[in-house]
Amino acid sequence: MTGPLDTLYREVVLEHHRHPRGNRPLTDPDIEASGQNPSCGDDVVLQMRFEGDRIAAVGVLTHGCAISTSSGSMMAELIEGRTVSEAAALAERFREVMQGKTFPAEVDLGDLSVLEGVKQFPVRIKCALLPWLTLLDAILARRQGRPPQPLDTEGLPAGGSPMQVDLKERS
Amino acid sequence: MSYRAGNEQSLASPAAAATGADVRAAVLSLATVRDGLARERFPLLQPAAGRPPRHYLDTAATSQKPASVLAALDDFYRHRNANVHRSLDSLAASATAAYEECRRRVAAWVNAPAVAGVVITRGATSALNLVARGLEHLLAPGDEILLTEMEHHANLVPWQMLARRRGLSLRFLPITDAGELDLAQLPHLLGARTRVVSLVHTSNVLGTINPVAEIVAAARRFGAMTVVDAAQAAGHQALDLQALGADALVFSAHKTYGPLGLGFLVARPDWLAQLEPLEGGGEMIASVDWQQATWAEVPHRFEAGTPNIAAAAAFPAALDLLAEIGQDTIRRHEQAITALALDRLQALGGITVYGPPAADRRGGLVAFADAVVHPHDLSTILDQAGVSVRAGHHCAQPLHRRLGVPATTRASFGLYTNADDIDALIAGIREARKVFDR
Repeated sequence: MTGPLDTLYREVVLEHHRHPRGNRPLTDPDIEASGQNPSCGDDVVLQMRFEGDRIAAVGVLTHGCAISTSSGSMMAELIEGRTVSEAAALAERFREVMQGKTFPAEVDLGDLSVLEGVKQFPVRIKCALLPWLTLLDAILARRQGRPPQPLDTEGLPAGGSPMQVDLKERS
Repeated sequence: MSYRAGNEQSLASPAAAATGADVRAAVLSLATVRDGLARERFPLLQPAAGRPPRHYLDTAATSQKPASVLAALDDFYRHRNANVHRSLDSLAASATAAYEECRRRVAAWVNAPAVAGVVITRGATSALNLVARGLEHLLAPGDEILLTEMEHHANLVPWQMLARRRGLSLRFLPITDAGELDLAQLPHLLGARTRVVSLVHTSNVLGTINPVAEIVAAARRFGAMTVVDAAQAAGHQALDLQALGADALVFSAHKTYGPLGLGFLVARPDWLAQLEPLEGGGEMIASVDWQQATWAEVPHRFEAGTPNIAAAAAFPAALDLLAEIGQDTIRRHEQAITALALDRLQALGGITVYGPPAADRRGGLVAFADAVVHPHDLSTILDQAGVSVRAGHHCAQPLHRRLGVPATTRASFGLYTNADDIDALIAGIREARKVFDR
């Protein structure tokens, strides 16, 4: 395999796809959010248990392609143990990267940095963002004291989300 | 060039030959399968400098266009461009003549009962919406609409919208596990309350060619109106509205080697006359005063505003190509290509094909799932190899739920599809598996 496919399907991406982290339902989640990519049928269920403002446990149940599954797996790895604000900030950084920015050197995004290869495949950006947009919506719902609404990426501009402004205002 | 294959006898039913190597040998011996039909006339399929060759296996989404259609579009804008049915000058008369010629050609092509029974629309979807909205005033709460479990959203959502407005109930003729309509259920679903039966001619996911005439005849016994969505049949099989016996037939030009933004609703003029127009505006009126208007005659009352005249002027060039090759030759070719694709996919192993197992029961498309590689990943990897397929639910979400799979990969064929295209598909799937198995 040569060319752009190499940068999309890096071994670490395939490894997350084969063995996704957090891929089990939580017994007592404080919040459960779902997202789907209706144009292609991918869906993700995100569960979180909080201890104070900290994300104590994460479940990410993805039915989808290698990109959405591995992105969700990396997300589970990255946000467990972080505060809600830190997780939201990470999600914002990742969305900015998918929108065209480069990965910020000062933030350790772990395995997630390999997903930068997705930018060469604009139609796949939604796949990479699906779990992260679901996370942002769950965090927003928690702050607003409402249950999360099923998220639908249809109609969102690639990499964009109407939630952005609200989050910035609150954080 | 000639479209008669040197080995016509074995072409009769390639799928009926045993299986495996027999099918492959029989099919590959056909010149049409090696070369495709009239492939050289489709500019996008030609190798060009700076562009890798494209194996276009997404004809069910939209077909490629022959050079003659592109030339006809260009000719219209250069020499005949004017609005229709309005101005009195010779240029406008020429545009009107071109537009009405399309109507005549389509009427003849589908054996419509009258030229005035052809409504020119934006596409098959807008034709189905026109029917569903137009029938609203004839239906009462509790009336039933019978659809099938293999409908495209275009023949589902307009009826859902109608059902919500009028308090109707939607019923569905189920599919069997073999991907065919379960006709044994038909007597239980049809009844005195069944007012409309609307069904797909050829499924855009399963490929199934439905026994439309039989279902229409059963519906008629209950006095139900019948609508046929022929979007995946037009251009691939001969269509004869009167032989089908249905009240209405819809299809789009862009899946039929014609331009985008054009489709048709074909019915008897007196059947059309009972529909309320969906859109009001110019072109569709007889007379207008401040408070009310009266409608123009059928079919013009359904064609408010300026239509896509250039597309209509160019579509006959596509019909010319279909006539030149012959609809039966096209059908046999696509059946042979489908048999080849089914055989090669099965030979790979680890592939689930949805729909009837035999090519003679299917139109020219195959939707499948690979045991390892998700359709999106497969589509991306195939694209890198120059192969266009569609990955997803193909605007048939409830059907995919019924099949128990969120997404499939669909390879769909046209008259230009050749054995190289199928080779590229199979090689791409192998490549994808290598990516995922390393």
